[in-house]
Amino acid sequence: MSEKVLELKDITMQFGGVIAVNNLSLEVREGEIVAIIGPNGAGKTTAFNVITGVYAPSNGEVDFRGETFISNYPQGKMAKLYAGENRGKYAKEIRKTPDRITKMGIARTFQNIRLFKELTVFDNVLIAKHMNMSAGLFSSTFMLNRAEEKAMRADTLRLLEILDLADVKDEVSSSLPYGKQRRLEIARALATNPSLLLLDEPAAGMNPQETDELTAFIRRLKEEFHLTVLMIEHHMNLVMEISDRIYVLDFGKMIASGTPGEIQNNQRVIDAYLGVDEDGE
Amino acid sequence: MKKLDFKLKLLLSLILAAIALALLAYLDANRGQYSYTLSILERSAIYAVVAVAMNLLTGFTGLFSLGQAGFMAIGAYTVAILTIPVEARDAVYYVNGIADGLANAHLPLWAALIVGGIFAAVLGWLIGYPVLRLKSDYLAIATLGFSEIIRAFISAPQFDRITNGSYGLKSIPSFPSTFMVFGVSALCIFLMVMILRSSYGRAFRAIREDETAAEAMGINLSKHKQMAFVISCFFTGVAGGMLAVYMRSIDAKSFQIGLTYDILLIVVLGGIGSVTGSILGSFLMTAGREWLRFFDDPLMIGDFSVPLFRTGFRMVIFSLILMAIVLYYRKGLMGTKEFSWDGLYRFLRHNLYLRWRKPVAGPKGGDGQ
Repeated sequence: MSEKVLELKDITMQFGGVIAVNNLSLEVREGEIVAIIGPNGAGKTTAFNVITGVYAPSNGEVDFRGETFISNYPQGKMAKLYAGENRGKYAKEIRKTPDRITKMGIARTFQNIRLFKELTVFDNVLIAKHMNMSAGLFSSTFMLNRAEEKAMRADTLRLLEILDLADVKDEVSSSLPYGKQRRLEIARALATNPSLLLLDEPAAGMNPQETDELTAFIRRLKEEFHLTVLMIEHHMNLVMEISDRIYVLDFGKMIASGTPGEIQNNQRVIDAYLGVDEDGE
Repeated sequence: MKKLDFKLKLLLSLILAAIALALLAYLDANRGQYSYTLSILERSAIYAVVAVAMNLLTGFTGLFSLGQAGFMAIGAYTVAILTIPVEARDAVYYVNGIADGLANAHLPLWAALIVGGIFAAVLGWLIGYPVLRLKSDYLAIATLGFSEIIRAFISAPQFDRITNGSYGLKSIPSFPSTFMVFGVSALCIFLMVMILRSSYGRAFRAIREDETAAEAMGINLSKHKQMAFVISCFFTGVAGGMLAVYMRSIDAKSFQIGLTYDILLIVVLGGIGSVTGSILGSFLMTAGREWLRFFDDPLMIGDFSVPLFRTGFRMVIFSLILMAIVLYYRKGLMGTKEFSWDGLYRFLRHNLYLRWRKPVAGPKGGDGQ
């Protein structure tokens, strides 16, 4: 079996008295496309926010290629409030800010598109190249890093060409049609040279035809950029067709995991999505 | 859209610069006659530096800071203390005397300006640590507070031997040449434009647009915010130093909160996020206040004295104009756009060209263009 890229261990995220993610453990292996599905409010995006460092989890650890980069245990106010499991299993606190996590090679897109709205398509992608720049403030102000700047621009253009956005590169990003904005967000994430790509509802708001195109698009990107993909998605057609494995969340807890075939026939998943008649027949 | 040739644009820019320089040389040569005009232009140029520095922070990085007056005061006092001639110091500090270490500390003006900028930048760096964790209005309030604290420190009796307390500093030597004011201002603005055009400038803009997304793109938020803040403080300090030299005598009252509001007004008027807008705004604001002076004099038509024309009326008119601008040009004169020859050409084409040539109508009313 291939190498583990991402591993969540007993992640619990509690806000005050509400447990958004409850004791979630999952793993993503090299070259896989893994999907997290679940009804609204199941804690999928919260899990993403934990992985990308936006939230520090209340308890649990996250590993990237065997290295623990996020770890926390109930402390401070949470020490009293904590209502999850596995208390006392972890005793370290490791935190990384989102920008450092991006530098490790984890890039993400957002559920509600978060482009740099007033900047051009080209600049949107070029900004992602900033973090790997070696020039300091002085040399980039006085344009002493021409070669580097030129390489950054060439990379950006190449990326836009691969993603079919080169023809709109000088347009303000907020003026693009919705589908292209989605694609631009993926382009921007890819510009950070990730090895793991997190997609938060990439097909949200797309019609069936666009969704089909997206399926092919994600496959193509995965091959071309040697990516491992973890995504949140509601479109079942897309999820079932593209995923190697699926995790199902409901009310913060994982209720099932397995291949698309296994998930489709899982009674608990069907119950979570369709609801159970509590009064009985 | 038709664009102009690069060489033509360069030529036009050079011509514009030459005209400005020639005009300045003319005014300078006839100093006796035009000293008032020159002093207004000099003040405008100095304000332009502060306005662009504020814009770098507010318009380009999205950090709303109201600490300008404080950082200008730091620069102004540093420059004043370092440039007042050594022999004049006893006369300036006639009440409390001067601190021993400072009695002979003297630097040429250019070096003093840099030191003033550095002092303001260092203070900005220190203040930035706690303050930049705040967002939007809270940041503005905190920086406003720090600005007032700086002013209080300057006028505190404990620092009398350094800042001369409430007596202020006098006998600051003036600029050796009027070109220096415009030269230094232009250099400062040029440097800031270069920073904004670099990759760091792009990172600042990303932070303005969306902090969460910028951080997800690998931009270290605290580092870049701190950087923008320190850069802005440095140039504000340099401009403060120039203001001290321009005014020849300063005290803590020169750097009250009203000064910050003046700068804020310039930035809003010119357009938040436009460097050329800030420059334009500072000249319009400073000169506008003077142009409107005739409203302050009583106006007689025959024997009839027009009511309202009396001292202070000009500020009423000025405020009305500002309100009109804010209402009708909500984004300021320039918005977030910059002046460019292409833009001017397009503007002229749309507003003049089309009027003296009727658009060629298509067979069915056409599309006009």
